[in-house]
Amino acid sequence: MKPARFDYIRAETLAEAHAALAAHGGEARVLAGGQTLLPMLSMRLARPGVLVDIMRLHEIARYGIERDVIRVGAGVRQAQLQKMFELDKVQPLLAKALPWVGHAQTRARGTVCGSIAHADPSAELPLVLVALGGEVELSSARHRRKVAGEEFFTGPLSTARADDELVEAVTFPSRRPGYGYAFREFARRHGDFAIVACAAVARTDGARLAIGGVGDRPVAREFAQADRTSLTEALDAFSWELDARDDAHASAAYRRALVRQIGHAVIMEAEQCRV
Amino acid sequence: MHAVTDKPPGWLGRSVERLEDAALLTGAGRFVDDIAPPPGTLAAAILRSPRAHARIGAIAIDAARRLPGVAAILTGADVAAMSAPLAAGIKAPLECWPIAIDRARYVGEPVAVVVASDRYIAEDALDLIAVSYEPLPAVVDPIAAMQPTATLLHDKLGANIASDRSFCYGDPAAQFAAAATRIAVSVRYPRNSCTPIETYGVIAEYAASDDAYDVTANFMGPLSMHPVMARALRVPGNRLRLRTPPDSGGSFGVKQGLVPYIVLIALAARLAGRPVKWIEDRLEHLSASVSATNRVTKLAAAVDADGRVRALDWDQIEDVGAHLRAPEPAALYRMHGNLTGAYDIRHVCVRNRVVLTNKTPSGLNRGFGGPQVYFALERLMQRIARELGLDPLDVIRRNLVPTGAFPYRTATGGLLDSGDYAGAIERAVAQGTLAELRARRVNARGQGRLYGIGYAAVVEPSISNMGYITTVLTAQERARAGPKNGAFATATVAFDPLGCVSVQIASTPQGQGHRTVAAQVVADVFGLAPADVRVLGELDTARDAWSIASGNYSSRFAGAVAGAVHLAAQRLAAKLKRAAATQLNVAPDDVVFAGARAQARDNRDNAMAFSRLAAATHWSPGLMDAGDHALRETVFWTPPELAAPSDADAVNSSLCHGFIFDFCGIEIDRVTGAVRVDKYVTMHDCGRVLHPGMVAGQITGGFAHALGAALYEEFAYAPDGSFLSGTFADYLVPTAMEIPQPLMLHMETPSPFTPLGAKGVGEGNCMSTPVCIANAAADALGVDQVELPLLPARLAAHFHPREEFPKGTTAATAVAIGARQGDGAMTLHGRGVVEIARVPQDVWAMLLDAKTLAAIIPGAGAIEKLSETHFRVDVTLGVGPVRGDGHALVL
Repeated sequence: MKPARFDYIRAETLAEAHAALAAHGGEARVLAGGQTLLPMLSMRLARPGVLVDIMRLHEIARYGIERDVIRVGAGVRQAQLQKMFELDKVQPLLAKALPWVGHAQTRARGTVCGSIAHADPSAELPLVLVALGGEVELSSARHRRKVAGEEFFTGPLSTARADDELVEAVTFPSRRPGYGYAFREFARRHGDFAIVACAAVARTDGARLAIGGVGDRPVAREFAQADRTSLTEALDAFSWELDARDDAHASAAYRRALVRQIGHAVIMEAEQCRV
Repeated sequence: MHAVTDKPPGWLGRSVERLEDAALLTGAGRFVDDIAPPPGTLAAAILRSPRAHARIGAIAIDAARRLPGVAAILTGADVAAMSAPLAAGIKAPLECWPIAIDRARYVGEPVAVVVASDRYIAEDALDLIAVSYEPLPAVVDPIAAMQPTATLLHDKLGANIASDRSFCYGDPAAQFAAAATRIAVSVRYPRNSCTPIETYGVIAEYAASDDAYDVTANFMGPLSMHPVMARALRVPGNRLRLRTPPDSGGSFGVKQGLVPYIVLIALAARLAGRPVKWIEDRLEHLSASVSATNRVTKLAAAVDADGRVRALDWDQIEDVGAHLRAPEPAALYRMHGNLTGAYDIRHVCVRNRVVLTNKTPSGLNRGFGGPQVYFALERLMQRIARELGLDPLDVIRRNLVPTGAFPYRTATGGLLDSGDYAGAIERAVAQGTLAELRARRVNARGQGRLYGIGYAAVVEPSISNMGYITTVLTAQERARAGPKNGAFATATVAFDPLGCVSVQIASTPQGQGHRTVAAQVVADVFGLAPADVRVLGELDTARDAWSIASGNYSSRFAGAVAGAVHLAAQRLAAKLKRAAATQLNVAPDDVVFAGARAQARDNRDNAMAFSRLAAATHWSPGLMDAGDHALRETVFWTPPELAAPSDADAVNSSLCHGFIFDFCGIEIDRVTGAVRVDKYVTMHDCGRVLHPGMVAGQITGGFAHALGAALYEEFAYAPDGSFLSGTFADYLVPTAMEIPQPLMLHMETPSPFTPLGAKGVGEGNCMSTPVCIANAAADALGVDQVELPLLPARLAAHFHPREEFPKGTTAATAVAIGARQGDGAMTLHGRGVVEIARVPQDVWAMLLDAKTLAAIIPGAGAIEKLSETHFRVDVTLGVGPVRGDGHALVL
């Protein structure tokens, strides 16, 4: 478990990071918290020629409320966001989901944007981003652009990010009046990748439910304000659309069952949390 | 019999501070990787088979050999030329080598060893070795492996069954004919391991001038493996010096499995002409260190209408994996003397088969054979209650070995040394408030919740008879080989010229606290404080007293090793008293020890400091009376009760037998199927308790391992032999978040057979807890069959509503849009083959490392490059944190 040889560039400015990514393209990997990348290097599952360390870039190590979103820079660690002042009021879904992201030890190092950029289909932060309809800010030497969360994730560990682009920040919409938020997850142990994770946003006219751990990326659906029977049917259809798989921990049928049951419960809970 | 032993005055029986902890807590422990290796030591890395079963063709090492920094590359051909196979415990045409020779038989089997200037370069070189594999069909299921048509692992054996023995004690056939009913269970115990925090480590050196090997390894014994390794290395025993480091980061049996790696790294050192160090990494450890055996058991009982069991009929099929590595098939025979558990059952028949499959070879693991036996036996007791409409606890009570019957000779030859099983159960029921738990079940069920109670009564063997494994041989074979029996424990106690006491033990401690308890024992004999006594736990076979039974296994420390320390200290005390008696002018019996002085019993002023006494024996032995005055005593102790197996195959497989009675209440979540342990009570009688804190530590640790076995842990293999549990994201070890605190209860009936009355306590919960929780799950669900680990998905299948396909679709289209598994059936491992023309860039980049992917990711089989843009990938699902890759590639 020793990494293959790689070069290491510690960017001192954002421009340097962009330049390194432009120069090395697909050969480069951005190093932020390293909680996923370093084990992958050690297992030689990833063999980038160059690591571009962005953790010295003060300009992207900030987070805060900007108008109606929480903007989180690429250098912000998950534990920092979790400790944001009154996070449970600013965006309850983030406050509810963050304790499920790995363990306290990995949250102390892992970054919010790193988790988004890694795009594990079972990870909580991509799920929250999709559930809330947040955005990913990409920057490069060429340009800057924003991509909606739902379009950013293109498959397992695959995103719309181009090789020379950096996930510079992500934005999570703040809590909106009259909305309710709920999050539930089931994993075999606390801190494991989810077998099924559910995030719901309830409005007056319906709810949005996003599911992680089942499909090849987090997937959200709108559910119109409806009676219990039609909600059950809609959830059933959704559970089939997610293309669940068998693995060593759970069968596809089991995952569908949890989507139906926990999905229903989490929509109900979000509904009750509406304020 | 019910009395708790009176606490003797002194240190034993008290939870004194551990002498080991100051170093461990301040980072000053000395583990194998902390020891400075000899100058010029090189690093080894091991290339391992990605195939479960394949013929090995050419191994192209030239490119790797040319990599700067690479010193040597060892392959099967070198090992075959330089060494001999590892001896096995049974007579069969099987060759067990530490590396694949011409054929790989499990995923992770060593294929080549690279020795280089550092581990990074060694691993770089692994990537440059090209091995040509010719795939063979793999067999992972032991029942399938027994079929005549099954692919053969070892051609010379002619079958995959390495041993098939039947035993009969009493007249079970008559009892089955006469009994009211026959009740049977058919169970499978899964593969798992106790995964110590510290992995294997070996530093090996070969001195050509002496033709001798000097190896330091965190090996835990038994030292019966020393002759096995010396023979494999083709040197006399005195030319293999084996040393262990002062500290070891846990073992739980697993570090017995270093044997093939010690041989392999020693050979690499010889080939390289330099010392070589190898530290196993976690991926290597999970796939190819050692595993407990998985076992398929059919167990039937001849039962009276009141639940009394007259006879047992055991049929055990033991899966030892790809090689029969000594001391296997010991796991199958360790429990032979106590196959009737805590019960008075006089008639037993047994059929034991040992089967080879394409999985990692098995070896020692906490509980060794006990979890497998008790899972069958205690599931059977619950089944008897269920079928006869009795309370499971009443069935247990009705069959117990009666109080007052000890020492009790079991039907299969075991000698249960002491106990009061019925008394222990009544205490546990009262102190653990079983009545309240039963009320909780009534209440929970009234609310529609899935709540169950489980029980397990278990006899915990300790201090193995070194001859028990010969039960696998016939009486004639045993007669030819010579009787094997006993269990030598050794200890040395000495006074230096300043009158200070040192102790050396050959128990290769792995973190338990052996040094502290040895110090307590000696401190009590000499009237000292434990901190006054220096205890060395590291072992050096060239210098220290040891025997084949030395080491850290079968929970033998408290009963055997601490006892040997006690005997050595007493012998030394007698000498010291004789020396003091002359000086103090009193009879030796009137000499007492206190405050590092020998003094007259009736006149404490008539005294002499240990330093003076010791100085006299060291400096002026000529002035003393004739006789042996040297203040150093080494004791070799073996108990007479550990006799060799009889001609009728009766064997007292262990010296001591503790008793455990557990009960628990669990709830199964109606949505997820997750198990919550609501309450767990574990009653232990491990004889005299030497250090209550350490006993609690052993029970807590054993319980944690057992909870893992019950709920989380399994070394899973796909049908093609792909290994599915290659990382800690796939092999789930419970953490502090998942482990409830059990209520621990104790009673003490001292063993009459050990010097201090102590018995082992380290393994019992690994035997009792998995089946206790399984019994509770079966009770909660009202089902006959439960399988470990209790996967939520498996449990939920019992109560999740039957899935209906969405409206407007047929079954076929639903499966097409949904998933591709057979519905209802719990096929937990998907598998398939797909040709990929274009994949996203990230995945593409990884695919370019296809060889590494295949070698390291469990589940990734062949990855073939068809052209620059076409790869053929054969991937099995379940790759933990990077399982997205699997998703991306599998259809």
